[in-house]
This record gives sequence, C-alpha cells and structure tokens, in this order.
Amino acid sequence: MKTASTLATGRAVPAGSSPGLAARLQTWLPKLVLAPSVLISLCFVYGFMLWTFVLSLTDSRLLPSYDFVGFAQYARLMANDRWWVAATNLGVFGGLFVGICLVLGAGLAILLDQRIRQEGALRTVYLYPMALSFIVTGVVWKWLLNPGLGLQAMVRGWGFESFTFDWLVNPDMAVYTLVIAAVWQASGFVMALFLAGLRGLDDSIFKAAQLDGASLPRLYWRVILPCLRPVVFSAVMILSHIAIKSFDLVVALTGGGPGYASDLPATFMYAHSFSRAQIGLGSASAVLMLGGVLAILVPYLYSELRSRRHG
Amino acid sequence: MDNVIRRQTPMARLLRALVYAALALAALFYLLPLAVMVLTSLKPLDEITAGTLLTLPENPTLAPWIKAWGEACTGMRCEGVGGYFWNSFAIVIPAVAISTLLGALNGYALTKWRFKGAELVFALMLFGCFIPFQVILLPMAQTLGWLGLSSSRAGLVLVHVIFGVAFTTLFFRNFYVSIPDELVSAAKLDGAGFFRIFRRILLPVSTPIIVVSVIWQFTQIWNDFLFGVAFSGHDTQPVTVALNNLVNTSTGVKEYNVDMAAAMIAALPTLVVYVLAGKYFVRGLTAGSVKG
Amino acid sequence: MRALTRLTTLKTSAIAVAMAGALGTGQASAGEVEVLHWWTSGGEAEAVGTLRDLLEAEGHEWKDFAVAGGGGDSAMTVLKSRAMSGNPPAAAQIKGPEIQEWGELGLLGNLDPVAEAGDWDALLPEVVADIMRHEGHYVAVPVNVHRINWLWANPEVLADAGVEVPTTWDELFAAGEALREAGYVPLAHGGQPWQDATTFETVVLSLGGSDFYRRAFVELDQEALESDTMIEALTTFKRLRGLMDEGMPGRDWNLATSMVIEGEAAMQIMGDWAKGEFTAAGLEAGEDYLCAPVPGTADAFAFNIDSFAMFRLTEQAAREAQYSMARLVLEPEFQHAFNRVKGSIPARPDLDMDEFDACAQRSMADFRQAEDEGGLVPSMAHRMAMGSDVQGAFYDIVTNYFNSSDMSADQAAERLAQAASLAL
Repeated sequence: MKTASTLATGRAVPAGSSPGLAARLQTWLPKLVLAPSVLISLCFVYGFMLWTFVLSLTDSRLLPSYDFVGFAQYARLMANDRWWVAATNLGVFGGLFVGICLVLGAGLAILLDQRIRQEGALRTVYLYPMALSFIVTGVVWKWLLNPGLGLQAMVRGWGFESFTFDWLVNPDMAVYTLVIAAVWQASGFVMALFLAGLRGLDDSIFKAAQLDGASLPRLYWRVILPCLRPVVFSAVMILSHIAIKSFDLVVALTGGGPGYASDLPATFMYAHSFSRAQIGLGSASAVLMLGGVLAILVPYLYSELRSRRHG
Repeated sequence: MDNVIRRQTPMARLLRALVYAALALAALFYLLPLAVMVLTSLKPLDEITAGTLLTLPENPTLAPWIKAWGEACTGMRCEGVGGYFWNSFAIVIPAVAISTLLGALNGYALTKWRFKGAELVFALMLFGCFIPFQVILLPMAQTLGWLGLSSSRAGLVLVHVIFGVAFTTLFFRNFYVSIPDELVSAAKLDGAGFFRIFRRILLPVSTPIIVVSVIWQFTQIWNDFLFGVAFSGHDTQPVTVALNNLVNTSTGVKEYNVDMAAAMIAALPTLVVYVLAGKYFVRGLTAGSVKG
Repeated sequence: MRALTRLTTLKTSAIAVAMAGALGTGQASAGEVEVLHWWTSGGEAEAVGTLRDLLEAEGHEWKDFAVAGGGGDSAMTVLKSRAMSGNPPAAAQIKGPEIQEWGELGLLGNLDPVAEAGDWDALLPEVVADIMRHEGHYVAVPVNVHRINWLWANPEVLADAGVEVPTTWDELFAAGEALREAGYVPLAHGGQPWQDATTFETVVLSLGGSDFYRRAFVELDQEALESDTMIEALTTFKRLRGLMDEGMPGRDWNLATSMVIEGEAAMQIMGDWAKGEFTAAGLEAGEDYLCAPVPGTADAFAFNIDSFAMFRLTEQAAREAQYSMARLVLEPEFQHAFNRVKGSIPARPDLDMDEFDACAQRSMADFRQAEDEGGLVPSMAHRMAMGSDVQGAFYDIVTNYFNSSDMSADQAAERLAQAASLAL
C-alpha cells in the first residue's frame, strides 16, 4: 500500500516542478471542487431570492418590471383574505401532515421491526407512494374522495346507507383531504427512516432495558425513541419542506377549492404570478414563504452545528 | 434482536395477530389508489361508468395500455406517451449522474478536508433544498436565455443538477461524516492526493449512499412537471408533460382507462426502481445518511 | 369564394416577398412556426390539425407545442418563461385584454400586411377586430366566437317532470321544484371558480341587461358594482345553488354535461363548447338535446373569443410562415372545420352556416342581431372583459360568496367594488 501511494505521488509530481506547488494545489483542491456548487447556490438560490425580493417591491404585472412601489405589495397581501386562508391552511396542513407522518411512520417501523414475515414486501408497499407524483395519482385521489364516486359511494354500496365522507366538497374540511393524500405519500418514507434508525441501534440498549424489566411500550417510549432523536429531526426537516412545497397535491386534488378554502401559499403564489399577471404580489407572497422556510431551517442548522461542536 | 415477542403464550399470540392486522390494514391503505389505477386501466370504458372503483373488470383488456403507449393523442401528435418516455430518460440519466457525482465530491471535500467555514458552506448549500420551485421559474428562464440554453435538453439537465446538488451533497456529507477520519489521514500521510483518496478509500464503501442518492434524484427528476413544461422544447418534453396533456382534456369524452394506463406507464420506471432497490434504500439510510 | 381565397394568397405572399426586399425569387421560402396552445383533446387537436395541414401544404413547418391543464394556466406559465428567456414561440393562444398586456411589452409582431391583404377590417365584426388590435395594428388573429349564455337541456327529463325550457328565472325555479320531485338534479354544475363565474355572469347579464353588464364588468363602474341590481343578481345566483347537487365542488364541466346527457340532471348553464360532449355522445342538436339562451338573455350575447397572438420574429422565413398561418386561420376551410368540432361559430360572420347544427345557426343569427343592437358583451368569466388581476379577484369573491354561508350579497357586492377600485 505504502509503495503504491509513494509511486502514485511520484507520478502526481512531475520531476522539476516545485513540491510546494503540488502541496498548495492539494490544499486548494477541496475548495476548488466545492467552488462550482457554491457558486451555483450563490447565483441560483441566493441570487434568485434577492431578485424575487426586488420584484416584490415593484408593481410587476405580466412580466417583471422595475417600477418600485415600496412595500405596497405587502400591504395588499396583508389585506388579501385569500392569502390569510392560504397561510392558515399551511399551518393546519403542515402541522397535521408532519405530526401524523411521524406517528404513523414510527408506529409502522416499530411494528415492522418485530420479525415480521414478508417484511420486504410490506416495506415496499409502504414505500412505493413516494415514487409517484400527484400528477400520476391525483385523478385517483379525486375519485376516492369524491362522495358520489369513491369511498362514500362504495361503503354505501355495501349497505351502510348513512355513511358520509364528503370532506372534499366541504369548505371546512377540504384541507384535511390534502392531509390524507400527503400522509399517504410521505409516511412510508418516514417509516423507512425510522426503520433504518432502529436497525442502526445497538442491541445492548434493548438487552439492558429488558433486564430492568421495562414493559415493551415503556421501552420504546422511554429508551428507544429518545435514541432516535436525530431521525425525528431529519424526518421533520424533510416533511416540513415537502409541506411548504406542496403544490401538485393541491392542484390535482382540490384545485384550491371549494372556493379557495384549501389554498396553500405555494398555489397562491403561483396563481398570482402566472395566471393573474400580478408578479409583484406573487413575489411578495414568495418572500414571506421563504421567511417561513428560514424560520424552520435556522434552528435546525443551529442545533446541527452546535451538536457537531460538542461531539 | 431479542426484543420481539417470542414466547407463544395466548396473550403473545393475540398481540402478534394484532400486529399483523395493523400492518395489513396499513398495507391496504397504501395499496388502495394503486389498485384503483390498475383495475381502471384494465376495464373497457363502459364498465368504468357502470361499476364502482373497485369492481373487478368483467372483460379485462390491454387495449388502454396499448393506446396509451402508442396511439393516444397528446396534442397534435397521436403517438401515445411512449416516445416521451425516452425523452425523460435522456434528461434523467445525465442529470442524476452529474448531480450524484458532484454531491459525492462535495460531501467528501466537506467532511474529509475540513477547512474553516466548511460548515457555513454546507449550511448555505442546504438552503437550496428548501427553495420552492415556483419562485425560481422566471429568473431561471431568463438565465437559460442568457446562456443560450432555453428550450433545450441541456438546459433542463442543468436546472435539475443545480437544484439537485443540494440534496445529494446533504446525503453524502452525512454519510461520510460517519466514516472514520483515521483512514483518510493515514492515506494523506502516505502522500495520496485528493482524488486518489476519494477513489481508493471513500468510493468503494459508498455504494449504499450512492443508491440512496440515485433513487432520490431519479424519482425527483422523473416526476418533475414544472421544470419539464417550462424549460423543455417542443420535441424534448418529458413524459410527465405528455401525461398532463393526455389527462387534462378540455373537451371531449374522457377515456379514464387510457388516462390510468398512461399514468401507470409514466410511473413505471420509478416504481420499478423502488421495488428493486427499496431494500438498498433502507440499508443506505441505515448506513448513515439519517444520522445527524 | 375559391377565387377570392387564391387572390388573397397571391396578394399576401407578394406583400411578404416585397417586404423582405427579396423580389425576384418569386418563391416563398419555407419557414417554421412554433405554436403554443392548449387544445390537446382528441377533437380539438384534430381541428387544429387542419390548420397544420393547410400550412404544410404551403411548404411551411408547424412545430406543435401543446400544454394542457388549468384552462390554459400551464400554457401561460410556459409562455412567460419562454418570453423571459427571449425565445417566445411564433404564435400563442392568447385572448382578450391579455393581448393588450403582451402588446404593451412590445413582444407582439405586426400583422397589418396580412390584415390589409385579407381586408380584415371589413371581414371581422368591429368588436372582434378591436380585441385583435394593439395601438391600431393587428397583432392577433381570431379563431372562433363562443357564446357563454347558453342553457342546455335534456328534453326527455323535462318532459318527464312536465316542464318546458324556462325563459325566466321564476320559471326556472318553478321547474326546479318539479324536477326535484321527479327525482332529477335540476341544474348540473361543476363547482370550480371559472364555472361559478360563468353562471354568475349570465345572471348579471339577464337581470341587468347588456348596458349594465358592460358598466359593471368592462368599465368596472363602482356604482354599478354596488347597485341593487348587482345585489339582486348575487342573490339569484346563490339561489341557483338550491337547484344543484351536493357533489358539485371540484367537478369538471364535462362531467356536469354528461349528467345532462345521462338524464341524471335536467339542465346546465355553460358555453357552447358543451356541444362537443353532446356530439361525442351521438346526440343531435335540437332533438336529443336542447339549447336556449339563459333566461332573460335572448337578445344578449356574452362572447368568448379564442385567438392566436403572433410574436415578433426576426428571421424572415419564419415571419413568412407566421403570416401564412395568420391568413389561413381566417380562411373558410379552417373556420368551418375547427368551429364545427369546437361548438363555436366562425369569427367572420360572412360565412355560410349550412353545414352547422341548429344551435350554431341560432348562435350566429343571435350574434349578428346582437351586434346590430348593442347586445354583444365580453365574458368576464373567460378573461374577455378585464385585466387578469381584477378578474382573478372577482373569481375569488364570486366563488367564495357562492360556497360559503357567511358572506351576504351586500358584502359580496361591496367587495367586488373594492377589488375593482384597487385595480384602477
């Protein structure tokens, strides 16, 4: 091994060139490799964010223009009833979606970790929705949730005439149908994360706890789950970014309706920027959305960096 | 693991039955939409309106699949979604390859050649995962125009690489963090260079995380509609755009069975990837990507 | 007619050649037109296909860029990103006041040479021509004229409940009760914002008349929007909800139409593209299904005109192809083929309507009459009457009022006025 490396180094530094140059190159190389990606994110993430912020201060309509109007677009946004519906919906939808996915994902992972026959098949079944976009499954979900076609009609067909499941067409409940479909898509992935976490744990934890005579639920609640905190954190991050980006889901399932009862900020922003020729207003809503993302990401990064320093 | 319920007392047996019942019930929930899709795609049109969603087809037919693949109209071209299928592959394969390679190198540079500010660089890049794609549509279009890449396949691949590299970097960084630094420092002492260490030491153990990264990127890019519709040319549209055109008719009779077959065809590659590589996916996640 | 067509062809290509300063080549060089549209379904695509065939017969190439979804929303997104990248298509399906918005950005090309050669000023009704011009120059070409204020009915269902096609709202509500008793859904509807707005605007047109309609939706007159007439229209509109079924939210319009076809529902208020559904089901206009103006709107004609706006091109061959396309769109061959499939009437009233069905013939007769008597109004629900920002706000208010129980008609009218004032 040593000879090989030496040989390689010999090849890497041609005779005559100064060894200092090669060494300096080696220290610069990692940064050089990172440079394109960093440049990309500076231009295409931060540059575009800045651009969006600038547009939110203009009266851009059909296409971007640069006539500045101060914070007028934000004032209009604050006075817009639909924006508040969308923002509230994101809170309701995001909270329920993340919460249910975590509980369901952790539950399924724990159950699946009990030496289950056909574990591979079940795991695939739970995981596959993540492979499909709502462009593919949207129509089916619309059918299943439609009172006249889907579950309600089916259950009534089995003889339960009074069964009612009309959330899709009920302005107060439509946002919950979004939760159902979103949970269907992402909870399997969370299950996989938890399963991976459980498999990564040391057996000694289980043994020690069992010697203590802890009951099974207690074991999981008190000992195992706290060990899985990093998993919970990764899952929360992934889920909340899915929630914030949810767009196809709304378009396919409810179209934001009935009325605009199930609108989300992403669809609000898209509708105003692209179909309603109000790029200024749309940009203002995008900036507020990004603010929301920041509010979630900063604590994550903070704790991430802090734990690294400690560990 | 010995933590499982093992002894066959009646109580334990009951518990075990309950566990299986819960798992089976969950499986039903996850399978329901897929079942409806498959059943519908195999029914003749008149059976769809007659029965409920889960009625088994009386005269199962493959005609909708054949039509969806090669005959259905997606605009003026009535060639089905088959042709667009290859458009998608032509976009996905380079984009996945490039973004995975970049992610691996980034993750490696960030963890094994740690320099001042590496964490900050990582935090900066991580933010790229979270930007809603609708926001960057217009500025990206303008940039592609400046680069002379608008409506081209290369442009679309570039966009996917740009917004995928944050994710792949995240995966690889979290994976490489868990690989002992000693191996790398020993090699450094031996005078091995940056790329050589990567190739000889990191890459051979990276298979699980490469699988995770490839699956994730493949799914994301294959399923993308927004970038595909906005940045592709008229002859390079991906299959999701064709599917959208097929399903969203504004007039005329909706052929639900063909719609469903087309949806299944469009979803097939990602489904196959998940079914075949699902095991490695979980294994790859176990191997470290979920840790801090 | 043929001779005239050929003459037009000659004239136009002569002008195109002259314009390019390429006299003497004599032969039009082949160019390509990329066309962005959202006509993707079987029949529509076929109808647009006739245009492609005509264009290709002249040696040009048609590059089809079809993007369906959201009534053109996806196509608009594509168009904007293409425009931002400095690479717009040669022609795009843009309509109504949006043509002006694009024109103001300086992105549209000038079609005057084609228009002069084809004498569009004489050919097109003034109302239509106005929409196609930006600052006096033609920038777009009309494809068809849809009528919005139609009531479609299943005669068997009506007969079974013992009612006639209603001509007033009172009759409609009375018929509704009879139909309910007979076990039918009186009015089929899909609860999507644009469908809610479609129904609403026909009620406004009926109760206020075309002058009031124009004041409210075109001039965005505060008084009209807050007037008692508007409040009455809102109230009547909400009353219609009682005639609909509970499964309507989110339903596509064509599913509502098939409820009428299947005899599940009696009537539907919808533009004349609904005919495509009836035709596809093998039904005959006037016999198997009936068309009548929405109660109280017999003299009025709320129109929705589809059009292709032409973008400014620099390459000469491409521009020639673009001009050819603009000319071909208004030629009888395409107008006939396209509008028979689409359910609309030709954009030029001089065409022979013999080959069209009874409903289309009536539509054309009403169009000509309304044109003479000032009954032609642009559709608010279909982006013909106002800028897309106000229209979007109107959508939100109308659909929210229609779907929620906690907004009164007074409040809705007030909000409409407020939304209009913010835009002015």
